[in-house]
Amino acid sequence: MSDTAPSPAACAACAVTPAAAVLARHDARAQEATILLALPGIDGAVGISAVERTLRGLEGVRAARVNLTQKRVTVTADPGVDPRTLTEALAAAGHEARELDADSLAATKTDRAGRDLLMRLGVAGFAAMNVMLLSVAVWSGAEGATRDLFHWISAAIALPAVLFCGQPFFRAAAAGLRRGQMNMDVPISLAIILASGMSLYETAHGGAHAYFDAAVMLTFFLLAGRYLDHRTRAVARSAAEELAALELPRAARRTASGEETVPLSEIAVGDTVLVRPGGRMPVDGVVIEGESEIDRSLLTGETLPVRAGPGDTVSAGEVTLTGPLALRVTAAGRDSSLHALTDLVAIAESGRANYRPLADRVARLYSPGVHILAALALAGWFLATHDLRLALNVAAAVLIITCPCALALAVPAVTTAASGRLFRRGVLIKSATALERMAEADVVVFDKTGTLTAGTPELEAPWSHDPQALGIAAALAEGSAHPLARALAAAARAQGVAPGAVDALREVPGYGVEALQNGVRVRLGRGDWVGAPAEDATVATTWLKIGAGAPEVFRFTDRLRPGARAAVAGLRAEGLAVRLVSGDAERAVSAMAAELGIDDWTARATPQEKAALIAALGRGGHKVLMVGDGLNDTAALSAAHVSIAPASALDAARVASDMVLVGSDLSALPEARRIAVRATRRIRENFGIAVAYNLVAVPLAMAGLVTPLIAALAMSSSSICVSLNALRVAPPRPDGTPRRAPVAEPIEV
Amino acid sequence: MDVLGYLIPASLLLGGLGLAAFFWTLRSDQYDDPEGDSRRILSDEYDEHPKPDSPNDDRGGS
Repeated sequence: MSDTAPSPAACAACAVTPAAAVLARHDARAQEATILLALPGIDGAVGISAVERTLRGLEGVRAARVNLTQKRVTVTADPGVDPRTLTEALAAAGHEARELDADSLAATKTDRAGRDLLMRLGVAGFAAMNVMLLSVAVWSGAEGATRDLFHWISAAIALPAVLFCGQPFFRAAAAGLRRGQMNMDVPISLAIILASGMSLYETAHGGAHAYFDAAVMLTFFLLAGRYLDHRTRAVARSAAEELAALELPRAARRTASGEETVPLSEIAVGDTVLVRPGGRMPVDGVVIEGESEIDRSLLTGETLPVRAGPGDTVSAGEVTLTGPLALRVTAAGRDSSLHALTDLVAIAESGRANYRPLADRVARLYSPGVHILAALALAGWFLATHDLRLALNVAAAVLIITCPCALALAVPAVTTAASGRLFRRGVLIKSATALERMAEADVVVFDKTGTLTAGTPELEAPWSHDPQALGIAAALAEGSAHPLARALAAAARAQGVAPGAVDALREVPGYGVEALQNGVRVRLGRGDWVGAPAEDATVATTWLKIGAGAPEVFRFTDRLRPGARAAVAGLRAEGLAVRLVSGDAERAVSAMAAELGIDDWTARATPQEKAALIAALGRGGHKVLMVGDGLNDTAALSAAHVSIAPASALDAARVASDMVLVGSDLSALPEARRIAVRATRRIRENFGIAVAYNLVAVPLAMAGLVTPLIAALAMSSSSICVSLNALRVAPPRPDGTPRRAPVAEPIEV
Repeated sequence: MDVLGYLIPASLLLGGLGLAAFFWTLRSDQYDDPEGDSRRILSDEYDEHPKPDSPNDDRGGS
């Protein structure tokens, strides 16, 4: 390459894609940008090659690699490439894609911790296998010098392995002790250290019993549990990061020399911020230039767009639909109305703060119990025999036997199996205890706009319109990015109506689109703009006026999200009561409730009222599952016992919820609930197995009857039982048919 | 029992080789996408071809 280092700004395209330029600057080589895209719907080998082929065929893309495990694609591209062109190309090829902020995905850090654990797990496995083989010789009766030789070789392998592999436990135990807490890691560390130490002492004195194999195997099983736990958490965390990365916290500020893109934190009151059509207001402000319609559905749940012009105030989180706006900032960051809602969330947070996960409840009993038992064994044997060496041996055996291998695997093995299944159904778990809480829920509260509905309008009864008028309307609608216009154009296409020929098309921001058809002025837009009679203000409408003729109305309904019916029916079949709470107008809410067969609905609920309703249900002894997407839902989401937000939800709503629905299909909800119930049952069974095993093994250990062979057998069998039980979270389907209840659902286009 | 003198080091060496191989797979990112890697073998695309010159390189002479 003759070109050594062109600055990113050297290409013309960079000036208009500041986000890509910022990413490029982070790259030391400044030659290529890394773009990350989320692919929630990708599946199978065909999907991989199709996505990669589509991306590689695009201008400026150098390499694309799909990661099916994370459902993500990493694209290496020229600095000028706009991520939006990539997502559009993928959407055209039938793959749903969303841009991710590569900066906020600190994936490398998480990976390193996981890799570290995996390496320790590998070393522990290697040591366990070898020490176990050497122990077989001892168990089968090696004596004298041979036994000592095998013990010494075992020690040479086991001691360094235990010291290296046990570090995560030692560190966690030390941290716990420093805080004055007795966590699970304390008995674990004590068991490992005491077992290795006693075995070394026995070996040096030619003793018959050495627990090297037990010490290494303990480490191995515990690390396996720890690794599974870490993986589940890492997936959840990366999901959370990924969702955070969907929102780029940047704003376009107007300066004397033009326009610059700056992080949101640098915006101050009095600045002028530019928002393009389709963009979200980053701050609270007053419009100083431009006309547009703004969509406040995420803040209030209203479906109808509101007009905004100079002098109107807008709040952070609202979306401008038709025209670009220039705002004078009145409040940014902490002071903005967006943040005020977050404060509401902080107050509501207490809803589940006092939930104690199953594992904690068990650990609280377990940790002191183990120490008391071991101390009793030590004291008892010492008093009875006055042989400290024997007493220490028995105490070590008790610690090894009670070491919570099966307990450590009981929860992570189940959550790993369950969250893997949920992930395949498009549900991400953000909180470790979400499954348990989901299983307890008995009331589900749905939000309407954006949750049960897709948040995109649909033309009502397109067949009732004159095809010619529809054609002209579609031609006009093609000229606008307004959601109603897009819905109109799509409906015309679906009806097989070709757009009529128009010229001199222009959009009048905030009003509509106008053009000339055969020299006659045609307009599509707001009722008051085309001189239409006043209509019911709760229905989204747009009007078409041809020349001097009477304006024709097009009404729109909010489209149901796919699977909404199945979700409501399925959750009801699971025994949950279903409620609908929305901030939208009464008429729209009651229509939706009737359509879905929900009797219990509330309209025009403010965010405070929503949260209060949830809290009241909670006080009434109910465990509420809240499903919502808007900012007006965030407080309710946090107040609920467990909450789910769709991926299309606003950042704050996703942060406040425990699970995120990645796909757009709501029918995953009943299955998520079923999986949660089953997973919780498995966790309880696992605790049962672990307790039963201890009930048998502990008396033996206290009686001093446990040999290293028995310890090894008991430990591995209980751990394997627990792991196998965990895998039953997803039982095989007997007849190969999907287990989802076949719910008759009309086709939703 | 003298044979132990050879067999034990030999078995440790072989086990060590396995461990080294595991470290190698760990370092070469082979656990990053287990799901995708298992499907990729079904793809009929040959992905080891030399990377085509990207358009940027053509523009780079200026």
